[in-house]
Amino acid sequence: MSSKPVQTLRRVVIRFAGDSGDGMQLTGDRFTSDTARLGNDLSTLPNFPAEIRAPQGTLPGVSSFQLHFADHDVLTPGDAPDVLVAMNPAALRANLADLPRGATIIANSDEFTTRNLAKVGYQTNPLEDGSLDSWQVHPVALTSITVEALATTSALTRKEKERAKNMFALGLLSWMYSRPIEPTEAFLAGKFTSKPEVLAANVAALRAGWNFGETTEEFASTYAVSPAPMAAGTYRNVTGNTALALGLVAAAHRSGLPLVLGSYPITPASDILHTLSGLKRFGVTTLQAEDEIAAVGMALGASFGGALGVTSTSGPGLALKAETIGLAVSLELPLVVIDVQRGGPSTGLPTKTEQADLLQALHGRNGESPVAVIAPQTPADCFDAALDAVRIATTYRTPVLVLSDGYLANGSEPWSVPAIADLPELTVEFTTEPNAVTPDGSPTFHPYARDPLTLARPWALPGTPGLEHRIGGIEKADLTGDISYDPANHDRMVRLRQAKIDGITVPDIVVDDPSGSAKVLLLGWGSTYGPIAAAVRAVRAAGHHVARAHLRHLAPLPANLGGVLTAYERVVLPEMNLGQLALLLRARYLVDVRSHTAVRGVPFATTELGEVILTHLSEVSA
Amino acid sequence: MSIDLGLPQRPLTKKDFTSDQEVRWCPGCGDYVILAAVQAFLPELGVPREQVVFVSGIGCSSRFPYYVETYGMHSIHGRAPAIATGLATSRPDLQVYVVTGDGDALSIGGNHLIHAIRRNVNLTILLFNNQIYGLTKGQYSPTSRVGQVTKSTPLGSVDTPFNPLSLALGAEATFVARVMESDRPLLMDVLRAAHEHQGTALIEIYQNCPIFNDGAFDLIKDRSQQQARLVRLQAGEEVVVGAEGERKVLVRKAHGGVEFVDEAAVDRSAAPGAPGSVVVHDPTNPDPSDAFAISRLDGPEMAHVPVGIFRRVSRPTYDDQVREQVASALHAAGGASGDAELDQLLRGPDTWTVP
Repeated sequence: MSSKPVQTLRRVVIRFAGDSGDGMQLTGDRFTSDTARLGNDLSTLPNFPAEIRAPQGTLPGVSSFQLHFADHDVLTPGDAPDVLVAMNPAALRANLADLPRGATIIANSDEFTTRNLAKVGYQTNPLEDGSLDSWQVHPVALTSITVEALATTSALTRKEKERAKNMFALGLLSWMYSRPIEPTEAFLAGKFTSKPEVLAANVAALRAGWNFGETTEEFASTYAVSPAPMAAGTYRNVTGNTALALGLVAAAHRSGLPLVLGSYPITPASDILHTLSGLKRFGVTTLQAEDEIAAVGMALGASFGGALGVTSTSGPGLALKAETIGLAVSLELPLVVIDVQRGGPSTGLPTKTEQADLLQALHGRNGESPVAVIAPQTPADCFDAALDAVRIATTYRTPVLVLSDGYLANGSEPWSVPAIADLPELTVEFTTEPNAVTPDGSPTFHPYARDPLTLARPWALPGTPGLEHRIGGIEKADLTGDISYDPANHDRMVRLRQAKIDGITVPDIVVDDPSGSAKVLLLGWGSTYGPIAAAVRAVRAAGHHVARAHLRHLAPLPANLGGVLTAYERVVLPEMNLGQLALLLRARYLVDVRSHTAVRGVPFATTELGEVILTHLSEVSA
Repeated sequence: MSIDLGLPQRPLTKKDFTSDQEVRWCPGCGDYVILAAVQAFLPELGVPREQVVFVSGIGCSSRFPYYVETYGMHSIHGRAPAIATGLATSRPDLQVYVVTGDGDALSIGGNHLIHAIRRNVNLTILLFNNQIYGLTKGQYSPTSRVGQVTKSTPLGSVDTPFNPLSLALGAEATFVARVMESDRPLLMDVLRAAHEHQGTALIEIYQNCPIFNDGAFDLIKDRSQQQARLVRLQAGEEVVVGAEGERKVLVRKAHGGVEFVDEAAVDRSAAPGAPGSVVVHDPTNPDPSDAFAISRLDGPEMAHVPVGIFRRVSRPTYDDQVREQVASALHAAGGASGDAELDQLLRGPDTWTVP
């Protein structure tokens, strides 16, 4: 524990920013892990460029990691940092606009050289020219102190020693916010088992950072944030991509089906492939395909054989998979398609978040090609979304699209880990007996006979004697599945496929309207959950009445949605696209949904949405 | 995952592999001959028909699965090798066939074809090559010869065609063969060998389209010309062409490659492998150079068309290795995971408890 005075804070937002090679994501991850352990609620937002190593010290090369932690429940990664750790002038320049006046800046003064300043257009050194007087600036010679701390103990080169400066920064921030550094020491020990010199340097730098805070007069006090009240349980911190991967494994386990993932590397979905490829011990098969089309093809082929076929991708990959998803609609086989949305169109913003694949997911195929669509709302919720997707895919023999996004994928939050035994039962029954008779009375198999309740067709696996049948993308006759060009049959099959999706059981949408007297409903879907909920909370705290509801199922929509929309004088729908869900709801329910949109590659700011809500409240009451 | 219903066992016949669907190819289409040969071949495998799956893409040939009384999937254009890879990898008990055409396999699906081949997935790929797009009514294909006048090339095609077997060999194929549709004995032999092969077997079948490219293979079908052009590859034997008295023998050229020379001019004293030495066909040779050189004998003018098995080598298969990795991981962990292991997985290494 520090010997300096301790101030208690309720919430803190810290942003670590540096060059792509400075290890900011790791630093943020470790600070997050130690914070989670202390029992604070938290939410994180990594933000990094698509380039692996943009030119050093330039604005395009800046990588950052933001963490919001508090003694109460946290809904977003925070609008504005209270503390910016800037490892170089580029990190300062790129992030200063987000920093409210009065916030703390800890800058690595070693990197503020004439050359580095010039790279980002600073004529003079902002640490010295008074331009940062509105902020609390702490210049710390992070690099040279780190190197000095390792001078006598390490045989590493100067350059190698310099690389430990992120651990010095982590040590300093850990001291400042009363986080223990022992878990990070244990983490480093595991990471650098085979490199004892590097391990020693990192641990020494970490401790040096902590000790620097304790001894320097630069910092007068430390801060503490008490644990947040949370429901009893076992918790871990989890990103959306990890939660999705775990959800798929858990669903496969509960369904008794082997999980087969076909995937092609694409940002920001690749971590799902990485995670699952390491879980062979759980019977998971991962196939890295030659392209996006092959990836979904492999998954569909595996589904035909009785596996749980899954493919993971991002928007451009979803576009390539469209025809195969259409085939799966026609074959009526289970298939889970995960789209971790990113900025578009085309290559767009590979590492930034967006919700602009909704219409592609719902309608981006030829013909009437209905699928089920689910959108998780927080990183941890990706686990439940995966289970729900598997339930629908296997019960209704249909492709299910899961719309995650870059924010959910890389963002993290504490997750109350469920017990496997408490998860829904997902057992699948394959058809093993003939289900029809021929005109001459002998038993036969009709691959397109349907369950009267779900309209699902039988799933009869190759290898089942007596049920040999052919399926394909050509329109098939109802019941028999034979090729059919009959107009009335096609009309019937198109309507049957739609009716099957429309009939999927999804829970009603729940409206949060504590006073019962709200006139304005804030509606959202997917990852806007946190910002919308936080904004609504803030507006309510200011004494206003506003209702809130969040859509998880985009297809089919909950049966009560129309009633909910018409029950309010005004419905406001923030989306990270140009109003795609608003378009659908206006068309379908004839409700004048008010769209609020932004496509900046980052989640909505709580304050921004708060202002939007207040504007609508004033218009409605006026 | 095969399910035993205790059905009576009896030898299967061609009729057992004939579905109740009306065959809808054009009269005289070469596909009929291939279908009949395959239906006649399948019973001799002794494999129950429920364990056979035909996966196809799009095109005339890709209607094939509907006519065979096994499991089947008529998928989308070019993607059959990818879908079949997913099926074969997850179901080692199945015999998976891919039926495709020159447009399906080599144009829209070229990428999947070469990657299935390089991975060496347990698949038998029947590539029906009629050098034309049939189902879309007569446009040139990636195997149409330069100058071919078709609906979409009124002034003649300017595309250099693929040699499908050279392509396959370049893609690290372990089994490559070519057959004329009308050569039923050879087709049966090759199907048999492909069935025994572990990994991807690519069989190119020259197939006549009587509507849009009739007579494309007349030079090697015509009895009077056939003997001078058709090169029947036999493992362990010299590669020869032509009738008795006009026979030519394949020898190595001085600067790489092979050529046919008159039998009388062959220098039998040349050291094996040296320029002028006779090529003895060895499909099992790990070095694919000879197989590639032989594949280059064929060209649009059909001067010499080798048929038979070009290459037949052993290499671990993709699907076996994928399954082996999973099986090893399961074995190392002491078997399939139960709820306790799953709970541990979900918790991960870094948890905390809120009382």
